[in-house]
Amino acid sequence: MARNTSKVEKKGALSIKNVTKIYDPTGVNVMAVDDCSMEIAGGEVCMIVGPSGCGKTTLLNGIAGFHSITEGSIHLDGDLLCGPGKPKADQSAERMVVFQHGALFPWKTLQENVAYGPTVQKVMSSAQALDKAGQMLAEAGLGNFLKKYPGEVSSGMARRAEIVRALINNPKVLLLDEPYRAMDALTKQIMHESLLETYDRTGVTIFFITHDLEEAIFLGDKVHIVTTRPCQLKKTVEVKIPRPRSYETQSSEKFRKLLEEVNDAVHEEAVKAFKAGEREMA
Amino acid sequence: MTNFLQKLLNNTTTRRGIGAIIIFVILWHIGSQLDEWTGYDLLGIGLVPPPGDVFAAFLEVIPLHGYWMSWVASFGRVITGFLVAMIIGIPFGLLLAVNRYFRGVFFPPFEILRPIPPLAWVPASLIFWPTNEMSIAFVTFLGAFFTIVINVLGGARSIDISYLRAAQSMGASQLDLFWKIVLPGTLPSIFTGAAVGMGITWEVVLAAEMISGGGTQGGGGLGFFIWNSYMGGSLEQIVVGMISIGIAGYLSSSAIRKTGYYFMPWRRLF
Repeated sequence: MARNTSKVEKKGALSIKNVTKIYDPTGVNVMAVDDCSMEIAGGEVCMIVGPSGCGKTTLLNGIAGFHSITEGSIHLDGDLLCGPGKPKADQSAERMVVFQHGALFPWKTLQENVAYGPTVQKVMSSAQALDKAGQMLAEAGLGNFLKKYPGEVSSGMARRAEIVRALINNPKVLLLDEPYRAMDALTKQIMHESLLETYDRTGVTIFFITHDLEEAIFLGDKVHIVTTRPCQLKKTVEVKIPRPRSYETQSSEKFRKLLEEVNDAVHEEAVKAFKAGEREMA
Repeated sequence: MTNFLQKLLNNTTTRRGIGAIIIFVILWHIGSQLDEWTGYDLLGIGLVPPPGDVFAAFLEVIPLHGYWMSWVASFGRVITGFLVAMIIGIPFGLLLAVNRYFRGVFFPPFEILRPIPPLAWVPASLIFWPTNEMSIAFVTFLGAFFTIVINVLGGARSIDISYLRAAQSMGASQLDLFWKIVLPGTLPSIFTGAAVGMGITWEVVLAAEMISGGGTQGGGGLGFFIWNSYMGGSLEQIVVGMISIGIAGYLSSSAIRKTGYYFMPWRRLF
């Protein structure tokens, strides 16, 4: 709702320009990302699809400020995150990451986990932060699990809590690195609906890495298909399926067409990646 | 109280444990009597004192002041050595883990000293420290120290980097990272190190007490108690001493378990 009215001045526009990242761990240069450019509008759900090990996570780490980039620049809402003279972006709560394997702190309850950001940033007292955390978790359907430790809840609940932990910081961008990777199809479906619901409420920009093509089309406004290593933008597919979307969307003709289009592009890269792998092994 | 006992007896695990101990005692008795029953000398098994005699010897020493002083002396040494090892070892291990320069300077000498068995330190420390008591305490400390440090270091270094990244992007300072992430993340390893270290401490204390003769004032510790029984030729009392150490060790490790349980509520589910 909010998303439709304020689309023009939406915050969280990411501009990735000619980014290159070269790793040099053992003297052998490995080019993970090569001259990769993409524009992500504020409030857009941008899905990144590409073969395993192609450098998608490297790109995400660059945006988050976990790694430096070798060349090029990344801007957020016109401000330089990293680029010439500043290879590594500052880590900041305006860009929150949800990790592949989950990174809720096992020694804190779900509520304490979510309250962590506002508490360490000292924008709220810890009592206020806990209050707010409890409220947000309840909104996400986790009201009965506030006092549970991450080890006590299912992976689906943990992942939802982790997204809440990111959102409590009011980030401009949510960076998701295959968050639903190891989940069964049914849980995934519920996760998708919950994420879309959250998105419709907050309108946060989402940068989402995945291998699951149906997931990419179902969630995304745009699907960016990237090449095998080094990572480059190969093709962008716009998903013009109106929101809100429901699981029935997935059986529509339009959805199938898009899936075919994305699949063709990805398959080509997957074959290339496989052959490259064979060469490396030989 | 009766209620508590009833609950304890209703627990399958407890019942199994008690049953196992009873079976063990029966086997022990059979083993010790085998020579007499069969009339053959079976591999010297006849030298084992039967559990009944050991129990009788137990009843004999229980009223003795000296026996309990041995407990106090050994426990005192174990706790002193262990606590000092924890107090120095935990911060030392954490510093090794988080500070590159500290690790560069202190890790190499640490690694050279670590393989030296604590008992190899006994002669040198008897000469170096002014009193017997201090040398035993020192050797005990060494026994636990290296184990604790290596566990803390390993534990802190193996914390998932995602936790650190997540905390940092949420705005955690270096100090927050240390207190809120590194320390709780290392706690399980700290308690593993403590449990293993405690076991080594008992080993070392006993050996050191036997070697040093235990000192002159009343109780020379459980190690000296065993040594004394050996010199006095009381086989039953030797076994009494051994079982006492078993019980003491069990009490120490369950104390560590309980403490761990208290400090790590999130581990209670496992």
